[in-house]
Amino acid sequence: MRPVAVIGTGKTPFGAFPGRDLRSLAVEAGEKCLKDGHIAPSQVEAFYLGNFAGPAFTGQNHLAPYVSMALGVEGVPSTRIENACASSGSAFYQAWTAVAGGIYDTVLVVGVEKMTSRPTPQVSEILGSAGDFSGEIRAGNTFASLFAMIARRHMHQFGTTRAHLAAVAVKNHANGALNPDAHMRRVITLEQAMAGKPVADPLNLYDCSLISDGAAAVLLAPADRAADFGRKPVRVLGIAQASDSVPLDRKEDITTFPAVRRAAQKAYGMAGMGPRDIGFAELHDCFTIAEIVALEDLGFVERGQGGPYSAEGRTALRGEKPINPSGGLKSKGHPVGATGAAQICDVVQQIRCEAGDRQVRDAAVGLAQNLGGSGGTCVVTILGAL
Amino acid sequence: MNPIYGTVYTETVVYSAPEAFAKDAPYQTAIITLEEGGRVTARIVGERVAIGDRVVRVELRDEVPYFKRQ
Repeated sequence: MRPVAVIGTGKTPFGAFPGRDLRSLAVEAGEKCLKDGHIAPSQVEAFYLGNFAGPAFTGQNHLAPYVSMALGVEGVPSTRIENACASSGSAFYQAWTAVAGGIYDTVLVVGVEKMTSRPTPQVSEILGSAGDFSGEIRAGNTFASLFAMIARRHMHQFGTTRAHLAAVAVKNHANGALNPDAHMRRVITLEQAMAGKPVADPLNLYDCSLISDGAAAVLLAPADRAADFGRKPVRVLGIAQASDSVPLDRKEDITTFPAVRRAAQKAYGMAGMGPRDIGFAELHDCFTIAEIVALEDLGFVERGQGGPYSAEGRTALRGEKPINPSGGLKSKGHPVGATGAAQICDVVQQIRCEAGDRQVRDAAVGLAQNLGGSGGTCVVTILGAL
Repeated sequence: MNPIYGTVYTETVVYSAPEAFAKDAPYQTAIITLEEGGRVTARIVGERVAIGDRVVRVELRDEVPYFKRQ
């Protein structure tokens, strides 16, 4: 297995862009990434597209060559990976296996989602298709209500409070306000976050990530060739993908995600590191409770301590373990298929010390955690300076 | 239909509903731990339930079980 490096990244801003279609977003991110990696489209040996629901949102299928040909990446294998909200994390994992295994030297990953062309109830329905359609979704659940049930149980078992959830939203909005590419650059108060319009008890509007358009791209190469390309390459120190049951009612305990724990253990093992070695992280805060559970499943805190740890400010930009310095899915935005790749871009930007006002102090080693659905898939990636 | 009993494992009230259920909102959904073993995701009818409440199945409609407080 060869060591692998990220040699380029590129992102569109995240937001609601009525005039932009899926392909133009994907092409913009891909072109920025190739430019960052100092690579011509003709040098890319394989292409993976992370996309959750392009066909449902836009009517277009066969999306991988649809995007890669527009990028000028011609003739090479182009494949779309769909794993709900972990689609581009999974695409990145596939690209990593191909480079680490010696199959290709230069692989481009683009994650994209175009969501805002549909009204919210339709978006809810499309997102719900990442759950167990024949059971929990048919009973009337949305993605928010599945995470609301996780939150309710976490509160019951560990004493997590509404204020703990709100603290996550306040912190991520504070970070996102510093991010020029974020969808919602607005600071919110704890009072606002506590009193948002109810979505699914106990979650309100401020507990939910945003419905966004956007794309992100990452270029991979063998670490020993990284110097031939790119600018400030960053090493993949550890990476793993794991799975678990899709329906929540098949899980023994819904306050923890076994896929996150498995992926984290394997990624830590590969990196020869533990949770204490991670300086900062981009976590999958699709809902505030998801960030709290991720803190616990990644071993940053003990089970049940994610809420108090967040409320004490320890995950803030200047706290001991900055979490989601980008603003996270909550404030940066959550174009579902782009999120995993965007997290990698954001971690790389920190390690390159190019995050501006959002720069964390200890940026030597960062972690990205990309969750699919209500825990059916997780990809954990640990990155560090080459 | 034989009565099926269980206990509420977790619950939520859905305010922002998907298109297909918008007319029902707000409504309560829950995961029920069944007396006969296993869990099921259900809709709650009647008064609101909380974790630990005992419930009984009253209906199976479109393959969705409906439970109410026992």
